[in-house]
Amino acid sequence: MEIGLSHYLIVAAALFTIGVFGIFVNRKNVIIILMSIELVLLSVNINLVAFSAYLRNLEGQIFAMIVLTVAAAEAAVGLAILVTYFRNRGDIAVEDINQMRG
Amino acid sequence: MLAAIAFYVLAAVAIVSAFAVIAARNPVHSVLFLILTFFSAAGLFVLLGAEFLAMLLVVVYVGAVAVLFLFVVMMLDVDFVELKQGFLQYLPAGFVVAGFLFAELSLVGAASMGANGAPIALAPNAPTEITNAEAIGRVLYTDYLLLFQMSGLVLLVAMIGAIVLTLRHRPGVKRQDIAAQVGRRRSESVELKDVRPGQGLG
Repeated sequence: MEIGLSHYLIVAAALFTIGVFGIFVNRKNVIIILMSIELVLLSVNINLVAFSAYLRNLEGQIFAMIVLTVAAAEAAVGLAILVTYFRNRGDIAVEDINQMRG
Repeated sequence: MLAAIAFYVLAAVAIVSAFAVIAARNPVHSVLFLILTFFSAAGLFVLLGAEFLAMLLVVVYVGAVAVLFLFVVMMLDVDFVELKQGFLQYLPAGFVVAGFLFAELSLVGAASMGANGAPIALAPNAPTEITNAEAIGRVLYTDYLLLFQMSGLVLLVAMIGAIVLTLRHRPGVKRQDIAAQVGRRRSESVELKDVRPGQGLG
């Protein structure tokens, strides 16, 4: 059976859904939320690369690389914020983060 | 045929391990499943003929981001059982949203087959005369040079931001202060005492 573009799109859709679902159900654990965001960005990358391969256009792969860069930067800054927050508060409960409002 | 089997195995592993990321009780297991997900996605990229991005995914994500996550999870001493509270509370709403999301996305994905049921474009990995990495390099350093440089800038800003956020100066730790050391005068550091023989300074 021939693997077509829509196969890849459905895999990416499943990963995206799992990522969003993870953000919903793990409301208290920031680390899992950050990992869920990584899953969402990965599914976007799969979409971009699949379209790039099937439409024979390299721009999608370039764009996927930029998304990869932004995801790495986001993970680094997010985890740094998390470490600072933990250092100040002693836990990482997301519900109390609203105290950071100015 | 072999490509189809490889696709289904990699896709199944990616989806199952992605679900394990959000469902695992222990965050260290979550990170390990995240690594497995990224690895399977890299396999899918290889099947699509994007070898360069596949290797980039393994090096950047598995090698850097996932290990960073692992460091942070192990460094923070948090009671993770307590954080799991509320999992059931948000489960129904999460399922509703996730169900609609997946239905819509896979509808769009399935509809992306051409109007007469044929795939829009040809099979992806027909051999070409240059490799994938070379093809990417040819456009990345010419047409997308500005984008490339700007993504480097994004990484630099993120690095400086992470350092600034986590750097702290503890009070009471002696550090080297070059300016103060060089600017020391004889008058403020040496004092002449006239000591008489046989007597101490008192």
